[in-house]
Amino acid sequence: MRLPKFEYRAARSVEEALAWLDEYAPAVGKDPEARAMLMAGGTDILPNMKQRLFTPKLVIGLRTVAALRGISYDAQRGLRIGAGVRLSEIEASPIIRLRYPALAEAASTISTPQLRQMGTIGGNLCLDTRCNYYNQSEFWRGAREFCLKKGSEICRVAPNGTGCYAVSSCDTAPTLITFGATARMAARDGERETPVAALYDDDGIHPVKLHDGALLTEITLPPLEGDWRSTYVKYRVRGAFDFPIASVAAVARFEDDVCAEARLTLQGVATAPLPLPEAEALLRGQRWTPELIEAAAEVAYRAAHPMDNTSGTIALRKRIIRSYTRQALATLAAGPIAAGAQAS
Amino acid sequence: MRVIGQSIPKIDSYTKVTGAAKYADDLSLPRMAYGRILRSPHPHALIRRLDVTRARAYPGVLDVITGADLPHTYGIMPTTQDETPFALEKARYVGEPIAAVCAVDEETAEEALALIEVEYEPLPALTSIEEALAHPEQRIHEETARGNIMKEVHLEFGDMEAGFAAADLIRDDIYFFEGTTHAPMEEHACVADCHADGKITLWTSTQTPHYVHREVAKVLGIPLSRLRVIVPPVGGGFGGKCEPFAHDFAACLFALRHGRPIKFTLSREEVFYCHRGRHPVKMLLKTGVRSDGSITAVHLQTFLDGGAYASYGLATVYYTGALLTVTYKVPAYKFDGMRLYTNKPPCGPKRGHGSTQPRYAFECQLDKIAEQLGLDPAEYRQRIAIEPYSETVNGLRVTSCGLRECVDKVVVASGWQERRQRLPVGSGLGIAISSYVTGAGKAIYWNDMPHSGVIVTIDRGGGVAALCGSSDIGQGSDTLLATVVAEELGVEPLDVHVLTGDTSLTPVDLGSYSSRVTFMMGNAAREAAGKLRALLFEAASASLETRAERLIAADRWISDADDPARRISFVEAAQRAEAAHGTLSAVGSYKPPRLGGKFKGAGVGVSPAYSYTACVAEVRVDPETYDLKVERLWVAHDCGRALNPVLVEGQIEGSAYMGFGEAVLEEQVFRKGLHKIPSLLEYKLPTIYDTPEITAMSVETIDREGPYGAKEAGEGPLNPIIPAIANAVYAAIHARVDSTPITPDKIQRALREAARAPSATSEHRAGKVASR
Repeated sequence: MRLPKFEYRAARSVEEALAWLDEYAPAVGKDPEARAMLMAGGTDILPNMKQRLFTPKLVIGLRTVAALRGISYDAQRGLRIGAGVRLSEIEASPIIRLRYPALAEAASTISTPQLRQMGTIGGNLCLDTRCNYYNQSEFWRGAREFCLKKGSEICRVAPNGTGCYAVSSCDTAPTLITFGATARMAARDGERETPVAALYDDDGIHPVKLHDGALLTEITLPPLEGDWRSTYVKYRVRGAFDFPIASVAAVARFEDDVCAEARLTLQGVATAPLPLPEAEALLRGQRWTPELIEAAAEVAYRAAHPMDNTSGTIALRKRIIRSYTRQALATLAAGPIAAGAQAS
Repeated sequence: MRVIGQSIPKIDSYTKVTGAAKYADDLSLPRMAYGRILRSPHPHALIRRLDVTRARAYPGVLDVITGADLPHTYGIMPTTQDETPFALEKARYVGEPIAAVCAVDEETAEEALALIEVEYEPLPALTSIEEALAHPEQRIHEETARGNIMKEVHLEFGDMEAGFAAADLIRDDIYFFEGTTHAPMEEHACVADCHADGKITLWTSTQTPHYVHREVAKVLGIPLSRLRVIVPPVGGGFGGKCEPFAHDFAACLFALRHGRPIKFTLSREEVFYCHRGRHPVKMLLKTGVRSDGSITAVHLQTFLDGGAYASYGLATVYYTGALLTVTYKVPAYKFDGMRLYTNKPPCGPKRGHGSTQPRYAFECQLDKIAEQLGLDPAEYRQRIAIEPYSETVNGLRVTSCGLRECVDKVVVASGWQERRQRLPVGSGLGIAISSYVTGAGKAIYWNDMPHSGVIVTIDRGGGVAALCGSSDIGQGSDTLLATVVAEELGVEPLDVHVLTGDTSLTPVDLGSYSSRVTFMMGNAAREAAGKLRALLFEAASASLETRAERLIAADRWISDADDPARRISFVEAAQRAEAAHGTLSAVGSYKPPRLGGKFKGAGVGVSPAYSYTACVAEVRVDPETYDLKVERLWVAHDCGRALNPVLVEGQIEGSAYMGFGEAVLEEQVFRKGLHKIPSLLEYKLPTIYDTPEITAMSVETIDREGPYGAKEAGEGPLNPIIPAIANAVYAAIHARVDSTPITPDKIQRALREAARAPSATSEHRAGKVASR
């Protein structure tokens, strides 16, 4: 499969990239496909372009933008990760492995070593949602009928539904959400910040809420003082290569065996990462007995409503969510070392 | 023996690991054009109108080829030639070639595909065995005599009535084996060129250059002498590259018309549409046994979901019946097979060709029988195993047979006796055995000529050349050729220049299918090199003044076995022999003995030798998610003699890996005739993380007719893996999943059913045994 024809420009600065985005900003009356797209590692956009899911006129390369790189930690401000940091760097970073092990763990489960060497954390957060009816060649999609996300008015997964059910499939987002991370964006009218959780909603067609012409520049994680524990448990049909089809990110702070704060987010079962406030409330202020963990796992099981549009089946993915939630919480309950060891 | 039995690296390993090997897609010629293929988006549709005018007029387009340009039918089996390179009046599966665009580059060709106007009239599509049987009026092929039945087979051997009457226990089970595809690393690709003298050369990624040569020349209407087929290094085949494809025909026609080269490289998605992979098979299996477990009669019915065209299907349907008898003593056997046309990519041969599915069914059923009779499944298999040098009820001649040794090895290695009953709930050990042909005893087309030929020449510098029409698809047949010739002549394998898979320069070998190459090419090579060794020994004996019978050839010397100081170098012996006899060249060939019964279909299943394999699998099932993990596989394979142990081990491991994938993960599945997951991301081939630890062991039975006693190792070891895993799952959860792949949802369903009828198995046993 060959790429469609497009223009490629390597940006030297955030400002340059923004100016080029603006140049191709979709305007009324213009061909909506005649737009510019940003490319960090290229591991998602290029295969999607080969399948003609995207046919941008201009592709703006971000690898040459130095400002998007680097990981730094500060006890006051927390962890700052440039959006252009490679997943392999996240996976290997000593500070991330020490203080935010779930993030290192999540990064290490993405695709293959080769793709982690190219793919970036910003790119992973902006990963397009996925669906068995959508991530196919143009020939394939034309052979049946096109889908709601691309080319048709009807969703092939739920023809009577109202929206697109393509699945949020990035592994880093759920862990960043549970860590309470913030995303920083640059646009021509200035910079702004938003919680990572606010980047996503239930719109499978436009999965990332970056307003037009904006560029994700960095991610900040708050400093974690005290006994914080975190883990990420991912299910996929194979042990490598695959996107998550049911996974659990869990972060909690303990004070003498009692949970002071708890955050739980599911991934791979909806169009956006799925936080579980009900389960979090259940866990907060409690000693985590097996019964409590079981109750939280049950909440997760009920909250997950996957559709039949990935590998695995709906029933399997729901069972996995219950089992993996229990497993994740048990890992955290077992102590700080057990939780930290996940990433080693 | 100095070379045989040594674990030497493949002679092309450095070329391959350094990336220097030039596969078909790596070839590039001056003025080369590029082709792309337009494929049917419909599973079944009449082609009302096909207009290529706009595509032809597109700048950069050199030619457009359609069915009208190549209207002659072809097919790999002479009696079932039902395919044309491009669909003529109707398309029968999604992905069927409709037209090819040849252009100055691939992008232009791709763009011009969109300009071809096709008006389809969709027809109802039949996409399963049940649908094909239920709708005989909706003919996929108008020529079919009855409904959509491509082939029906009915064979009966021995006294079935007496057999079942003598049984103390009769089991009747239904099994389903899901279709799977080969997924070789290299996508199909070819380059064709036409020379000034009108001769065409086709470089194509194929397992069977001889058959491609015949079929392409026939469809193009040119004499065989005008076409030369060359096999570049092939990145895997597993049965998927055993016949010509649309791109081979189109490339040759373009080269012929335009006198310039052209390349076609398929996308991964197109490879899924070409398919020719494992048939989905529904099996009804009835077996009668005495209370001691000895088999009294077996009745097997198979229904094959063949896809839209015949491919090798005629052989496949026979193979689903033929090899069931070569592992155990079966006194009476009835086989009814039926292959149906459906509107899906054609199925064909995949590693284990047609024998894999019924072997799965039979080994699972025997496991149930063993349990009902209270027998150890391993010991039970030992007890009813076939004897070496015997004949089966359906007339197959069995020679060497290391089945019992194979079972012994896996039982010991896995700790079967000690561990089987002591594993925790959710974990289990299962066993299965199997057998496979060492080369089909008959060629695809009827003829009396050799199945493999080898030419060996020696030059004045001591260099040796070995020529054979075989195709090295990664299994190491080139290395085997060098090894055998080196052994016979007493040189090193790297002294041998190997030239294979060139229909103009190398003698015919039928191809890399049915696990035939080591045995047949090996015997031919041995004969050719042996003739030259005789000439060398004659020259050496004159020079050394010793009797030729006392001479041995090794390490590039010819020496007196009893007086090693008396020796002459290989080069000197070669020069003296050339002086005495002229240019040194010799041929050898191999033809299997006349084998098999006199009935129709007796040609399928016969083989000069059968390999045997046993496997023990260890699995663990997650009690909550029902996720299945295969922890370990122990595989022992009777390969006759391991000519190169590391290659044998590699074939056992590769087979075990592939079987594991089919048992647990892989599914070639469709939604309304459209392949659901035609990509390597979503078609779940296992990765190295998923693959269990494999312990590969060889058993050497030194077959009387194999080269140095060798039999096959490339396919047989796959067959017991799948039922061994299935039986291990039963041992783990005490519930049966009688279809592949064994998914978590199927395990959950089986457990629910088992819970509903907790003592069904024991009642069944009591009832059956009592009813006798």
